[in-house]
Amino acid sequence: MKKLTKVFVNSPYVVWSALFVIVPLFIVIYYAFTDANGAFTFDNIVALKDYGHNFRISIGYSLIATIITLIIGYPVAYELSKAPPKTQKIQMMLVMLPMWMNLLIRTYTWMNILDNNGILNKILSLLGLGPVTFLGTPGAVIFGMVYNYLPYMILPIYTVMAKMDDSLLEAARDLGCNGFNVWRRLILPLSIPGVISGITMVFVPSVSTFYISQKLGGGKIMLIGDTIERQMQSNYNYHLGASLSLVLMVIILVSMFIMNRFSDGAGEGGMVA
Amino acid sequence: MRIANKIIKWHVYVFLYLPLVIMIFFSFNSAKSTSVFEGFSLKWYGELFSSSDTLEALRNTMILAIASAFIATVLGTLAALGIYMVRNKIYKQSMLSVTNIPLMNPDIVTGVSLMLLFVFVGRALGFSQYLNFWTLLIAHVTFNLPYVILNVLPKLNQTDKSLFEAAQDLGAPPPRAFFMVVLPQIVPGIISGAIMAFTLSLDDFVISYYTSSGFQTLPLKIYSMTKKVVKPDMYALSSLIFLVVLVLLLGSNIFQMRAENKTSRVLRKEQKARKKSKEIAV
Repeated sequence: MKKLTKVFVNSPYVVWSALFVIVPLFIVIYYAFTDANGAFTFDNIVALKDYGHNFRISIGYSLIATIITLIIGYPVAYELSKAPPKTQKIQMMLVMLPMWMNLLIRTYTWMNILDNNGILNKILSLLGLGPVTFLGTPGAVIFGMVYNYLPYMILPIYTVMAKMDDSLLEAARDLGCNGFNVWRRLILPLSIPGVISGITMVFVPSVSTFYISQKLGGGKIMLIGDTIERQMQSNYNYHLGASLSLVLMVIILVSMFIMNRFSDGAGEGGMVA
Repeated sequence: MRIANKIIKWHVYVFLYLPLVIMIFFSFNSAKSTSVFEGFSLKWYGELFSSSDTLEALRNTMILAIASAFIATVLGTLAALGIYMVRNKIYKQSMLSVTNIPLMNPDIVTGVSLMLLFVFVGRALGFSQYLNFWTLLIAHVTFNLPYVILNVLPKLNQTDKSLFEAAQDLGAPPPRAFFMVVLPQIVPGIISGAIMAFTLSLDDFVISYYTSSGFQTLPLKIYSMTKKVVKPDMYALSSLIFLVVLVLLLGSNIFQMRAENKTSRVLRKEQKARKKSKEIAV
Protein backbone atom coordinates (compact mmCIF):
# COMPACT_ATOMS: atom_id res chain seq x y z
CA MET A 1 0.00 0.00 0.00
CA LYS A 2 2.72 2.41 1.05
CA LYS A 3 4.79 1.44 -1.96
CA LEU A 4 1.79 2.00 -4.19
CA THR A 5 1.25 5.57 -2.97
CA LYS A 6 4.94 6.25 -3.44
CA VAL A 7 4.77 5.10 -7.05
CA PHE A 8 1.57 7.07 -7.59
CA VAL A 9 3.09 10.25 -6.15
CA ASN A 10 6.40 9.87 -7.93
CA SER A 11 5.52 8.65 -11.38
CA PRO A 12 3.83 11.74 -12.92
CA TYR A 13 6.92 13.86 -12.39
CA VAL A 14 9.36 11.10 -13.36
CA VAL A 15 7.44 10.53 -16.60
CA TRP A 16 7.12 14.27 -17.29
CA SER A 17 10.78 15.07 -16.76
CA ALA A 18 11.88 12.01 -18.71
CA LEU A 19 9.70 13.04 -21.67
CA PHE A 20 10.27 16.80 -21.62
CA VAL A 21 13.67 17.28 -20.00
CA ILE A 22 15.83 14.21 -20.69
CA VAL A 23 14.50 13.08 -24.08
CA PRO A 24 14.77 16.59 -25.65
CA LEU A 25 18.46 16.71 -24.75
CA PHE A 26 19.03 13.40 -26.55
CA ILE A 27 17.02 14.68 -29.51
CA VAL A 28 19.38 17.66 -29.71
CA ILE A 29 22.27 15.20 -29.90
CA TYR A 30 20.38 13.13 -32.47
CA TYR A 31 19.75 16.15 -34.70
CA ALA A 32 23.32 17.36 -34.33
CA PHE A 33 24.68 14.06 -35.71
CA THR A 34 22.20 13.38 -38.52
CA ASP A 35 21.37 14.94 -41.87
CA ALA A 36 17.96 15.74 -43.35
CA ASN A 37 17.45 12.08 -44.29
CA GLY A 38 18.23 10.87 -40.82
CA ALA A 39 21.60 9.37 -41.79
CA PHE A 40 24.54 9.66 -39.40
CA THR A 41 26.94 12.48 -40.26
CA PHE A 42 29.63 14.71 -38.80
CA ASP A 43 28.80 17.54 -41.24
CA ASN A 44 26.98 19.65 -38.66
CA ILE A 45 29.92 19.43 -36.30
CA VAL A 46 32.44 20.20 -39.05
CA ALA A 47 30.30 23.19 -40.10
CA LEU A 48 30.86 24.69 -36.66
CA LYS A 49 34.31 25.86 -37.71
CA ASP A 50 32.64 28.73 -39.61
CA TYR A 51 31.16 29.95 -36.36
CA GLY A 52 34.39 30.29 -34.39
CA HIS A 53 34.13 34.06 -34.55
CA ASN A 54 30.57 34.05 -33.14
CA PHE A 55 31.59 31.80 -30.26
CA ARG A 56 34.62 33.94 -29.48
CA ILE A 57 32.75 37.24 -29.38
CA SER A 58 29.86 35.70 -27.39
CA ILE A 59 32.19 34.46 -24.70
CA GLY A 60 34.31 37.62 -24.82
CA TYR A 61 31.43 40.10 -24.59
CA SER A 62 29.69 38.12 -21.84
CA LEU A 63 32.90 37.91 -19.84
CA ILE A 64 33.39 41.68 -20.11
CA ALA A 65 29.73 42.28 -19.17
CA THR A 66 30.09 39.90 -16.20
CA ILE A 67 33.20 41.70 -14.96
CA ILE A 68 31.54 45.11 -15.29
CA THR A 69 28.41 43.97 -13.44
CA LEU A 70 30.64 42.53 -10.71
CA ILE A 71 32.59 45.80 -10.35
CA ILE A 72 29.39 47.86 -10.18
CA GLY A 73 27.23 45.33 -8.36
CA TYR A 74 29.59 44.41 -5.53
CA PRO A 75 29.76 47.84 -3.84
CA VAL A 76 26.03 48.36 -4.43
CA ALA A 77 25.22 45.03 -2.75
CA TYR A 78 27.50 45.93 0.15
CA GLU A 79 25.94 49.35 0.50
CA LEU A 80 22.44 47.86 0.36
CA SER A 81 23.23 45.36 3.11
CA LYS A 82 24.40 48.23 5.31
CA ALA A 83 21.38 50.46 4.61
CA PRO A 84 19.05 51.13 7.56
CA PRO A 85 16.72 48.13 8.00
CA LYS A 86 13.64 50.27 7.48
CA THR A 87 14.55 51.32 3.94
CA GLN A 88 16.47 48.15 3.06
CA LYS A 89 13.38 46.31 1.86
CA ILE A 90 12.25 49.23 -0.28
CA GLN A 91 15.71 49.69 -1.76
CA MET A 92 15.86 45.98 -2.59
CA MET A 93 12.52 46.35 -4.35
CA LEU A 94 13.94 49.28 -6.30
CA VAL A 95 16.70 47.01 -7.61
CA MET A 96 14.31 44.18 -8.45
CA LEU A 97 11.48 46.14 -10.02
CA PRO A 98 13.13 46.68 -13.44
CA MET A 99 13.70 42.92 -13.62
CA TRP A 100 9.95 42.46 -13.69
CA MET A 101 9.75 44.42 -16.91
CA ASN A 102 10.08 42.22 -19.92
CA LEU A 103 13.64 42.06 -21.28
CA LEU A 104 12.33 42.87 -24.74
CA ILE A 105 10.86 46.15 -23.53
CA ARG A 106 13.97 47.21 -21.64
CA THR A 107 16.29 46.42 -24.52
CA TYR A 108 14.01 47.98 -27.08
CA THR A 109 13.78 51.22 -25.11
CA TRP A 110 17.58 51.42 -24.96
CA MET A 111 17.68 50.87 -28.70
CA ASN A 112 15.47 53.91 -29.17
CA ILE A 113 17.52 55.99 -26.75
CA LEU A 114 20.84 55.05 -28.37
CA ASP A 115 19.59 55.35 -31.95
CA ASN A 116 21.23 57.85 -34.31
CA ASN A 117 18.01 59.90 -34.14
CA GLY A 118 17.39 58.94 -30.55
CA ILE A 119 17.05 61.15 -27.54
CA LEU A 120 20.66 60.74 -26.40
CA ASN A 121 22.03 61.85 -29.75
CA LYS A 122 19.58 64.77 -29.81
CA ILE A 123 21.00 65.93 -26.49
CA LEU A 124 24.57 65.35 -27.64
CA SER A 125 23.99 67.41 -30.80
CA LEU A 126 22.55 70.24 -28.72
CA LEU A 127 25.76 70.21 -26.72
CA GLY A 128 27.72 70.25 -29.94
CA LEU A 129 29.14 66.78 -29.41
CA GLY A 130 27.64 65.65 -32.68
CA PRO A 131 25.81 62.43 -33.33
CA VAL A 132 27.65 59.37 -32.10
CA THR A 133 26.88 55.95 -33.53
CA PHE A 134 26.19 53.65 -30.60
CA LEU A 135 24.11 50.92 -32.18
CA GLY A 136 26.01 48.20 -33.95
CA THR A 137 29.09 48.53 -31.77
CA PRO A 138 30.30 45.85 -29.35
CA GLY A 139 30.03 48.47 -26.60
CA ALA A 140 26.27 48.78 -27.13
CA VAL A 141 25.77 45.01 -26.89
CA ILE A 142 27.89 44.77 -23.74
CA PHE A 143 26.02 47.77 -22.34
CA GLY A 144 22.71 45.98 -22.96
CA MET A 145 23.95 42.88 -21.13
CA VAL A 146 25.14 44.97 -18.18
CA TYR A 147 21.86 46.86 -17.97
CA ASN A 148 19.63 43.80 -18.20
CA TYR A 149 21.54 41.49 -15.88
CA LEU A 150 22.99 43.85 -13.26
CA PRO A 151 20.24 43.01 -10.73
CA TYR A 152 21.17 39.31 -11.07
CA MET A 153 24.64 40.20 -9.78
CA ILE A 154 23.46 42.48 -6.97
CA LEU A 155 20.84 40.10 -5.60
CA PRO A 156 22.92 37.03 -4.60
CA ILE A 157 25.81 39.14 -3.28
CA TYR A 158 23.38 41.20 -1.22
CA THR A 159 21.86 38.00 0.19
CA VAL A 160 25.17 36.66 1.54
CA MET A 161 26.21 40.08 2.82
CA ALA A 162 22.93 40.63 4.65
CA LYS A 163 23.49 37.33 6.46
CA MET A 164 26.98 38.32 7.54
CA ASP A 165 27.34 38.63 11.31
CA ASP A 166 28.24 42.23 12.18
CA SER A 167 29.89 41.16 15.41
CA LEU A 168 32.49 39.30 13.34
CA LEU A 169 33.45 42.56 11.64
CA GLU A 170 33.55 44.36 14.99
CA ALA A 171 35.72 41.61 16.45
CA ALA A 172 38.13 41.90 13.53
CA ARG A 173 38.36 45.67 14.07
CA ASP A 174 38.83 45.25 17.81
CA LEU A 175 41.67 42.88 17.11
CA GLY A 176 43.40 45.59 15.12
CA CYS A 177 42.40 44.82 11.55
CA ASN A 178 42.18 47.95 9.40
CA GLY A 179 39.43 48.68 6.88
CA PHE A 180 41.03 47.08 3.85
CA ASN A 181 42.14 43.99 5.72
CA VAL A 182 38.66 43.50 7.17
CA TRP A 183 37.40 43.45 3.62
CA ARG A 184 40.15 41.21 2.26
CA ARG A 185 40.24 38.70 5.09
CA LEU A 186 36.61 38.63 6.17
CA ILE A 187 34.06 40.21 3.87
CA LEU A 188 35.55 38.99 0.61
CA PRO A 189 35.89 35.30 1.53
CA LEU A 190 32.44 35.27 3.13
CA SER A 191 30.86 36.88 0.08
CA ILE A 192 32.44 34.50 -2.46
CA PRO A 193 29.42 32.17 -2.69
CA GLY A 194 27.23 35.14 -3.62
CA VAL A 195 29.79 36.37 -6.14
CA ILE A 196 29.96 32.91 -7.73
CA SER A 197 26.21 32.61 -8.17
CA GLY A 198 26.08 36.22 -9.39
CA ILE A 199 28.70 35.45 -12.03
CA THR A 200 26.78 32.40 -13.28
CA MET A 201 23.48 34.26 -13.22
CA VAL A 202 24.93 37.02 -15.42
CA PHE A 203 27.18 34.94 -17.66
CA VAL A 204 24.68 32.24 -18.65
CA PRO A 205 21.94 34.53 -20.01
CA SER A 206 24.53 36.88 -21.55
CA VAL A 207 26.34 34.18 -23.48
CA SER A 208 23.08 32.76 -24.83
CA THR A 209 21.20 35.99 -25.61
CA PHE A 210 20.00 36.83 -29.08
CA TYR A 211 17.57 39.69 -28.55
CA ILE A 212 20.09 42.11 -27.02
CA SER A 213 22.56 41.61 -29.86
CA GLN A 214 19.77 41.73 -32.44
CA LYS A 215 18.50 45.12 -31.25
CA LEU A 216 21.64 46.84 -29.95
CA GLY A 217 24.05 45.14 -32.36
CA GLY A 218 22.16 46.63 -35.29
CA GLY A 219 22.23 43.31 -37.15
CA LYS A 220 26.01 43.45 -37.46
CA ILE A 221 26.93 41.54 -34.34
CA MET A 222 26.00 37.87 -34.36
CA LEU A 223 26.36 36.04 -31.06
CA ILE A 224 25.85 32.27 -30.64
CA GLY A 225 22.22 32.92 -29.75
CA ASP A 226 21.72 34.80 -33.02
CA THR A 227 23.24 32.00 -35.09
CA ILE A 228 21.00 29.43 -33.38
CA GLU A 229 17.97 31.67 -33.85
CA ARG A 230 18.75 32.09 -37.54
CA GLN A 231 19.09 28.35 -38.13
CA MET A 232 15.95 27.47 -36.20
CA GLN A 233 13.62 30.30 -37.27
CA SER A 234 14.64 31.41 -40.75
CA ASN A 235 16.97 28.85 -42.37
CA TYR A 236 15.09 25.89 -40.87
CA ASN A 237 18.34 23.97 -40.65
CA TYR A 238 17.47 22.19 -37.43
CA HIS A 239 20.55 19.97 -37.63
CA LEU A 240 22.99 22.87 -37.61
CA GLY A 241 20.86 24.63 -34.99
CA ALA A 242 21.10 21.52 -32.83
CA SER A 243 24.87 21.26 -33.11
CA LEU A 244 25.25 24.97 -32.25
CA SER A 245 22.99 24.47 -29.22
CA LEU A 246 25.02 21.45 -28.21
CA VAL A 247 28.21 23.51 -28.16
CA LEU A 248 26.47 26.26 -26.19
CA MET A 249 25.40 23.64 -23.66
CA VAL A 250 28.96 22.37 -23.37
CA ILE A 251 30.24 25.93 -22.83
CA ILE A 252 27.73 26.43 -20.00
CA LEU A 253 28.59 23.09 -18.42
CA VAL A 254 32.32 23.78 -18.56
CA SER A 255 31.93 27.26 -17.08
CA MET A 256 29.69 25.91 -14.30
CA PHE A 257 32.25 23.21 -13.58
CA ILE A 258 35.04 25.83 -13.36
CA MET A 259 32.91 28.05 -11.11
CA ASN A 260 32.10 25.14 -8.80
CA ARG A 261 35.73 24.16 -8.49
CA PHE A 262 36.59 27.76 -7.81
CA SER A 263 33.92 28.19 -5.13
CA ASP A 264 34.96 24.96 -3.36
CA GLY A 265 38.56 26.10 -3.22
CA ALA A 266 37.61 29.60 -2.10
CA GLY A 267 35.31 28.22 0.59
CA GLU A 268 38.12 26.16 2.07
CA GLY A 269 40.55 29.04 1.79
CA GLY A 270 38.08 31.26 3.61
CA MET A 271 37.81 28.74 6.41
CA VAL A 272 41.57 28.59 6.83
CA ALA A 273 41.96 32.36 6.81
CA MET B 1 34.67 54.55 1.11
CA ARG B 2 31.05 54.45 2.28
CA ILE B 3 30.37 57.69 0.46
CA ALA B 4 31.82 56.33 -2.78
CA ASN B 5 29.63 53.25 -2.45
CA LYS B 6 26.59 55.41 -1.86
CA ILE B 7 27.33 57.47 -4.95
CA ILE B 8 27.64 54.29 -7.04
CA LYS B 9 24.39 52.99 -5.60
CA TRP B 10 22.38 56.09 -6.50
CA HIS B 11 23.89 56.14 -9.98
CA VAL B 12 22.80 52.53 -10.40
CA TYR B 13 19.24 53.44 -9.44
CA VAL B 14 19.21 56.23 -12.02
CA PHE B 15 20.73 53.88 -14.58
CA LEU B 16 18.14 51.18 -13.90
CA TYR B 17 15.18 53.53 -14.11
CA LEU B 18 16.27 55.90 -16.86
CA PRO B 19 14.83 53.89 -19.77
CA LEU B 20 11.63 53.21 -17.85
CA VAL B 21 11.12 56.93 -17.23
CA ILE B 22 11.80 57.75 -20.87
CA MET B 23 9.44 55.00 -21.97
CA ILE B 24 6.57 56.26 -19.79
CA PHE B 25 7.23 59.88 -20.81
CA PHE B 26 7.09 59.19 -24.54
CA SER B 27 4.04 56.95 -24.25
CA PHE B 28 2.13 60.24 -23.77
CA ASN B 29 3.60 61.82 -26.88
CA SER B 30 1.03 63.15 -29.33
CA ALA B 31 3.45 62.62 -32.23
CA LYS B 32 4.63 59.36 -33.73
CA SER B 33 8.20 59.98 -32.59
CA THR B 34 9.91 58.36 -29.63
CA SER B 35 12.59 61.05 -29.38
CA VAL B 36 10.85 64.39 -29.96
CA PHE B 37 8.06 65.27 -27.54
CA GLU B 38 5.37 67.35 -29.22
CA GLY B 39 2.57 67.41 -26.72
CA PHE B 40 0.60 65.41 -24.21
CA SER B 41 -1.92 62.92 -25.52
CA LEU B 42 -3.51 59.64 -24.53
CA LYS B 43 -4.10 58.55 -28.10
CA TRP B 44 -1.61 55.63 -27.99
CA TYR B 45 -3.43 54.21 -25.00
CA GLY B 46 -6.70 54.58 -26.82
CA GLU B 47 -5.28 52.84 -29.85
CA LEU B 48 -4.07 50.01 -27.65
CA PHE B 49 -7.49 49.31 -26.22
CA SER B 50 -9.17 49.46 -29.60
CA SER B 51 -6.72 46.98 -31.11
CA SER B 52 -8.21 43.52 -30.98
CA ASP B 53 -4.73 42.03 -31.57
CA THR B 54 -3.35 43.34 -28.31
CA LEU B 55 -6.39 42.34 -26.32
CA GLU B 56 -6.23 38.84 -27.78
CA ALA B 57 -2.54 38.56 -26.93
CA LEU B 58 -3.34 39.68 -23.39
CA ARG B 59 -6.08 37.08 -23.12
CA ASN B 60 -3.80 34.35 -24.52
CA THR B 61 -1.05 35.26 -22.06
CA MET B 62 -3.44 35.00 -19.12
CA ILE B 63 -4.88 31.66 -20.29
CA LEU B 64 -1.41 30.21 -20.74
CA ALA B 65 -0.04 31.58 -17.45
CA ILE B 66 -3.01 30.36 -15.40
CA ALA B 67 -3.10 26.93 -17.05
CA SER B 68 0.64 26.31 -16.87
CA ALA B 69 0.91 27.60 -13.30
CA PHE B 70 -1.98 25.40 -12.23
CA ILE B 71 -0.59 22.23 -13.84
CA ALA B 72 2.93 22.97 -12.64
CA THR B 73 1.70 23.59 -9.09
CA VAL B 74 -0.20 20.29 -8.89
CA LEU B 75 2.54 18.26 -10.59
CA GLY B 76 5.32 20.07 -8.73
CA THR B 77 3.74 19.59 -5.31
CA LEU B 78 3.32 15.88 -6.05
CA ALA B 79 6.91 15.76 -7.26
CA ALA B 80 8.21 17.49 -4.13
CA LEU B 81 6.30 14.96 -2.04
CA GLY B 82 7.78 12.16 -4.12
CA ILE B 83 11.32 13.47 -3.75
CA TYR B 84 10.72 13.94 -0.03
CA MET B 85 9.46 10.38 0.43
CA VAL B 86 12.15 8.63 -1.57
CA ARG B 87 14.67 6.99 0.75
CA ASN B 88 17.13 5.69 -1.83
CA LYS B 89 19.85 8.35 -1.85
CA ILE B 90 20.99 7.85 -5.45
CA TYR B 91 17.41 7.97 -6.73
CA LYS B 92 16.70 11.10 -4.69
CA GLN B 93 19.88 12.84 -5.85
CA SER B 94 19.20 12.03 -9.50
CA MET B 95 15.64 13.37 -9.20
CA LEU B 96 17.02 16.60 -7.76
CA SER B 97 19.63 16.85 -10.52
CA VAL B 98 17.00 16.41 -13.21
CA THR B 99 14.97 19.16 -11.51
CA ASN B 100 17.97 21.45 -11.83
CA ILE B 101 18.50 20.91 -15.57
CA PRO B 102 15.93 23.49 -16.79
CA LEU B 103 17.26 25.95 -14.21
CA MET B 104 20.86 25.62 -15.36
CA ASN B 105 20.28 25.40 -19.09
CA PRO B 106 20.00 28.75 -20.85
CA ASP B 107 16.44 29.45 -22.03
CA ILE B 108 17.45 29.18 -25.66
CA VAL B 109 18.69 25.59 -25.17
CA THR B 110 15.51 24.60 -23.31
CA GLY B 111 13.45 26.18 -26.09
CA VAL B 112 15.42 24.62 -28.94
CA SER B 113 15.50 21.16 -27.34
CA LEU B 114 11.72 21.16 -26.79
CA MET B 115 11.13 22.51 -30.28
CA LEU B 116 13.23 19.69 -31.77
CA LEU B 117 11.26 17.16 -29.71
CA PHE B 118 7.96 18.53 -31.05
CA VAL B 119 9.31 18.64 -34.61
CA PHE B 120 10.59 15.07 -34.28
CA VAL B 121 7.30 13.71 -32.92
CA GLY B 122 5.24 15.81 -35.34
CA ARG B 123 7.18 14.48 -38.32
CA ALA B 124 6.97 10.91 -37.07
CA LEU B 125 3.20 11.24 -36.77
CA GLY B 126 2.92 12.99 -40.14
CA PHE B 127 1.54 16.32 -38.91
CA SER B 128 1.90 19.33 -41.18
CA GLN B 129 2.11 21.76 -38.25
CA TYR B 130 4.36 20.78 -35.34
CA LEU B 131 3.74 23.59 -32.88
CA ASN B 132 0.48 24.74 -31.28
CA PHE B 133 -1.04 25.83 -27.98
CA TRP B 134 -0.43 22.43 -26.40
CA THR B 135 3.28 22.38 -27.18
CA LEU B 136 3.55 25.87 -25.70
CA LEU B 137 1.69 24.72 -22.58
CA ILE B 138 3.98 21.69 -22.19
CA ALA B 139 7.03 23.96 -22.49
CA HIS B 140 5.74 26.39 -19.88
CA VAL B 141 4.85 23.63 -17.42
CA THR B 142 8.31 22.15 -17.95
CA PHE B 143 10.20 25.33 -17.08
CA ASN B 144 7.82 26.19 -14.22
CA LEU B 145 8.06 22.81 -12.48
CA PRO B 146 11.50 23.30 -10.86
CA TYR B 147 10.40 26.58 -9.27
CA VAL B 148 7.35 24.96 -7.67
CA ILE B 149 9.40 21.99 -6.45
CA LEU B 150 12.14 24.17 -4.99
CA ASN B 151 9.51 26.26 -3.15
CA VAL B 152 7.61 23.28 -1.73
CA LEU B 153 10.50 20.95 -0.84
CA PRO B 154 12.03 23.14 1.92
CA LYS B 155 8.60 23.48 3.55
CA LEU B 156 8.21 19.70 3.47
CA ASN B 157 11.62 19.27 5.07
CA GLN B 158 10.53 21.62 7.84
CA THR B 159 7.38 19.66 8.68
CA ASP B 160 7.37 17.40 11.69
CA LYS B 161 7.05 13.79 10.58
CA SER B 162 5.69 12.70 13.94
CA LEU B 163 2.60 14.88 13.45
CA PHE B 164 1.71 12.92 10.32
CA GLU B 165 2.30 9.66 12.19
CA ALA B 166 0.29 10.86 15.17
CA ALA B 167 -2.66 11.63 12.90
CA GLN B 168 -2.47 8.11 11.51
CA ASP B 169 -2.20 6.62 15.00
CA LEU B 170 -5.36 8.49 15.89
CA GLY B 171 -7.10 6.66 13.09
CA ALA B 172 -6.83 8.94 10.06
CA PRO B 173 -6.14 7.06 6.84
CA PRO B 174 -2.88 8.33 5.19
CA PRO B 175 -4.55 10.50 2.49
CA ARG B 176 -6.76 12.17 5.10
CA ALA B 177 -3.81 12.61 7.44
CA PHE B 178 -1.92 14.21 4.56
CA PHE B 179 -4.66 16.65 3.61
CA MET B 180 -5.44 17.65 7.20
CA VAL B 181 -1.98 17.69 8.74
CA VAL B 182 0.79 18.00 6.15
CA LEU B 183 -0.87 20.09 3.46
CA PRO B 184 -1.70 23.11 5.68
CA GLN B 185 1.95 23.28 6.70
CA ILE B 186 3.26 23.41 3.14
CA VAL B 187 0.61 25.74 1.71
CA PRO B 188 2.84 28.87 1.91
CA GLY B 189 5.44 27.09 -0.24
CA ILE B 190 2.81 25.96 -2.72
CA ILE B 191 1.40 29.48 -3.01
CA SER B 192 4.77 31.16 -3.52
CA GLY B 193 5.66 28.45 -6.07
CA ALA B 194 2.40 29.05 -7.92
CA ILE B 195 2.91 32.83 -7.98
CA MET B 196 6.44 32.39 -9.27
CA ALA B 197 5.28 29.99 -11.97
CA PHE B 198 2.54 32.40 -12.99
CA THR B 199 4.82 35.43 -13.29
CA LEU B 200 7.58 33.50 -15.09
CA SER B 201 5.05 32.25 -17.58
CA LEU B 202 3.67 35.78 -18.14
CA ASP B 203 7.15 37.11 -18.76
CA ASP B 204 8.64 34.34 -20.89
CA PHE B 205 9.67 35.15 -24.40
CA VAL B 206 12.61 32.93 -25.42
CA ILE B 207 11.08 29.50 -24.75
CA SER B 208 7.68 30.56 -26.15
CA TYR B 209 9.41 31.86 -29.27
CA TYR B 210 10.66 28.35 -30.10
CA THR B 211 7.68 26.28 -28.98
CA SER B 212 4.68 28.22 -30.27
CA SER B 213 3.17 29.10 -33.56
CA GLY B 214 -0.17 30.73 -34.10
CA PHE B 215 -0.86 31.21 -30.40
CA GLN B 216 0.46 34.72 -29.75
CA THR B 217 1.24 35.82 -26.21
CA LEU B 218 2.07 39.36 -25.11
CA PRO B 219 5.88 38.92 -25.17
CA LEU B 220 5.65 37.34 -28.64
CA LYS B 221 3.45 40.22 -29.75
CA ILE B 222 5.97 42.73 -28.37
CA TYR B 223 8.70 40.90 -30.26
CA SER B 224 6.86 41.21 -33.54
CA MET B 225 6.06 44.86 -32.77
CA THR B 226 9.75 45.63 -32.22
CA LYS B 227 10.62 44.18 -35.60
CA LYS B 228 8.83 47.05 -37.32
CA VAL B 229 9.29 50.82 -37.16
CA VAL B 230 8.96 52.33 -33.74
CA LYS B 231 5.66 53.78 -32.60
CA PRO B 232 4.76 54.95 -29.08
CA ASP B 233 1.99 52.34 -28.87
CA MET B 234 4.58 49.81 -27.70
CA TYR B 235 5.61 52.29 -25.01
CA ALA B 236 1.99 52.66 -23.93
CA LEU B 237 1.63 48.88 -23.67
CA SER B 238 4.89 48.60 -21.73
CA SER B 239 3.93 51.42 -19.37
CA LEU B 240 0.67 49.68 -18.58
CA ILE B 241 2.50 46.42 -17.89
CA PHE B 242 4.89 48.33 -15.64
CA LEU B 243 1.99 49.84 -13.73
CA VAL B 244 0.40 46.43 -13.19
CA VAL B 245 3.70 44.93 -12.03
CA LEU B 246 4.25 47.85 -9.65
CA VAL B 247 0.80 47.49 -8.10
CA LEU B 248 1.17 43.70 -7.76
CA LEU B 249 4.61 43.99 -6.18
CA LEU B 250 3.59 46.75 -3.77
CA GLY B 251 0.42 44.86 -2.90
CA SER B 252 2.20 41.60 -2.14
CA ASN B 253 4.85 43.44 -0.11
CA ILE B 254 2.29 45.28 1.97
CA PHE B 255 0.39 42.03 2.44
CA GLN B 256 3.58 40.30 3.55
CA MET B 257 4.53 43.11 5.95
CA ARG B 258 1.07 43.08 7.49
CA ALA B 259 1.23 39.31 7.92
CA GLU B 260 4.66 39.65 9.53
CA ASN B 261 3.44 42.38 11.86
CA LYS B 262 0.48 40.24 12.79
CA THR B 263 2.60 37.20 13.60
CA SER B 264 5.09 39.29 15.54
CA ARG B 265 2.21 40.86 17.46
CA VAL B 266 0.83 37.40 18.25
CA LEU B 267 4.28 36.23 19.28
CA ARG B 268 4.73 39.23 21.54
CA LYS B 269 1.36 38.59 23.14
CA GLU B 270 2.28 34.96 23.68
CA GLN B 271 5.57 35.94 25.25
CA LYS B 272 3.79 38.37 27.53
CA ALA B 273 1.28 35.70 28.52
CA ARG B 274 4.06 33.24 29.20
CA LYS B 275 5.91 35.76 31.32
CA LYS B 276 2.76 36.46 33.28
CA SER B 277 2.06 32.78 33.89
CA LYS B 278 5.65 32.38 35.06
CA GLU B 279 5.24 35.29 37.43
CA ILE B 280 2.07 33.75 38.76
CA ALA B 281 3.80 30.42 39.18
CA VAL B 282 6.61 32.09 41.07
